[in-house]
Amino acid sequence: MTHPHQHNRPEGAPVLKVTDMKKAYGAIQAVGGVSFEVRPGEIFGVIGPNGSGKTTLFNSMLGQITPDEGKIELKGQDVTKCGPLELNRRGVGRTFQTLQVFGKMTVRDNLIVAAQEHHGSMFSRMFAPSDSGLGAKADALIDQFHIRHVAHKKAGELSYGQQKLVDIAMAFMSEPDLVLLDEPCAGVNPSLVGGISTLLKDLNRTRQGSFVVIEHNMDFVMDLCHRIMVMVEGKVLAIGTPEEIRSNKQVLDAYLGN
Amino acid sequence: MKKLNLFITLAVLAVFLVVPSFLKNYGIHIFTTWLVFIIATMGLNLTVGYAGQKSLGHAAFFGIGAYTVAILLKAGFSFWLGLPVAALICFFTGLALGFPALRVQTIYLAFATLGFNTALWLVMRNEEWLTGGTFGINNIARPSLGGISFDGNLAYYYLVLVFTVVLALLLWGLLRSPWGKAFTALRDNAIRAESLGIDTRGYTLLSFAIGAVYAGIAGGLYASQVQFIDPALFTVGASIMMYLMVVVGGPGYFLGPVLGSAVGVVLPEWLRFAQAWYLFIFGAAVVMLMIWLPDGLLSIPDRIAARRASREASAARAAAAKAAQGVQA
Repeated sequence: MTHPHQHNRPEGAPVLKVTDMKKAYGAIQAVGGVSFEVRPGEIFGVIGPNGSGKTTLFNSMLGQITPDEGKIELKGQDVTKCGPLELNRRGVGRTFQTLQVFGKMTVRDNLIVAAQEHHGSMFSRMFAPSDSGLGAKADALIDQFHIRHVAHKKAGELSYGQQKLVDIAMAFMSEPDLVLLDEPCAGVNPSLVGGISTLLKDLNRTRQGSFVVIEHNMDFVMDLCHRIMVMVEGKVLAIGTPEEIRSNKQVLDAYLGN
Repeated sequence: MKKLNLFITLAVLAVFLVVPSFLKNYGIHIFTTWLVFIIATMGLNLTVGYAGQKSLGHAAFFGIGAYTVAILLKAGFSFWLGLPVAALICFFTGLALGFPALRVQTIYLAFATLGFNTALWLVMRNEEWLTGGTFGINNIARPSLGGISFDGNLAYYYLVLVFTVVLALLLWGLLRSPWGKAFTALRDNAIRAESLGIDTRGYTLLSFAIGAVYAGIAGGLYASQVQFIDPALFTVGASIMMYLMVVVGGPGYFLGPVLGSAVGVVLPEWLRFAQAWYLFIFGAAVVMLMIWLPDGLLSIPDRIAARRASREASAARAAAAKAAQGVQA
């Protein structure tokens, strides 16, 4: 199988640069010295068995926890100690492993609230129109995600798969430079997995954003990502293209196991 | 649905405009009290219903407002100075009370605010030099403005009505602005809200502060209405009652406080014949409401709509299944 974006693999100064990151919980070294870069426009996959430190790494990049050692840089600026709010304002969007839509708001309002705080000050927003002038942008994403028929329904009333789509769309509303996707396929019906993959490729192509994807669905990761990092026991086992990872003997032994 | 809401709002307004002019003094007093509690619970509805912060200290702000206006009037200042000062003090006290909410949530926050209410009540009771202690403050004057005296009960009622309408419009504007969505996002999922750049700290603090301003203005208006205040009006019990009004009316529904305050203020008058049984009836009604209508009285139309939608959806599924069977056969 040839990889869809293999021939235009992105290059340039990294959007995200993680240097020698370490985080321990008591005696357990969850992440023990991880370094990698995500380039502009790149879809970067992170895989590894349970307990390999993916989530700890992810939470550090999102400002949920502060690493013990190491450095995280976003577009050349040190953001190691930034919290989730600050990181979002600096251009990091995310999705969650479990559903996190605002159930009592309509789908369209979910999208609008996902970007409204990026416009003006808190005070000026008091006098801003209800949709913060983001209606057209929300509608464009609604069409791109094929959720037009439920746009005015409350998000909590939708099916799991539809809510997952809303959740992903929300991460893109504020036009982030970097989007961290935490298991976008978890709990999703197999027929929708292909749809999500296509959507993410489209978004990557049209918006030139960089994505970091954690996912257990191997076919999905191999098909979607430009490069993949394999983690085992808090360390990087290998970084490479899907083909390189697939044929890496260490990875096969440690993880893929077939 | 929007037209229905507008119609109901106008009908409610018409009742408030017309009915009191046909009532005797006691009826006017009940209507004025109803409006005062609508203002106070509008603020609490913002804190509790829209922003999701469990506050059991609202009567403290009501008390701060009442005492500020009463003390300033006694010191010879104008009501029109007293009320903004009361609102300002409540804003900053509310902001301060918001800080615990940044650390604790749900029942723990409720306890923290309850403690605040108790502390403030003790100040009102013990600092006799300022508040008159348990004797309270009496002969609180009613205001006049540009030659119009609001001394008469009906005139004062209409003054309170103007305050209610203006404050309701301001709140409506705020909730329609992006702030409304930010508050709802904060209530439904604070972690997600933060990941979308919503300053959850700021909105939490301001939901307390703005809610407190409404309580403070209501308290100031109440002091001039009843012309006598003492600490017994501002106990934790009063805070719980206001919380119940919000919950019964429908937290997060704009008109919830109108209905909730009616249940808290007007209903006791209608249930007067029940005498000592009143609290039993009221308590039992609240228990039943929480079992069958946990989102308050105003959630009834939404529930009917949701039931209809799910019935239609299941009918559509049944039809689709039947069609699929037909294809197979």
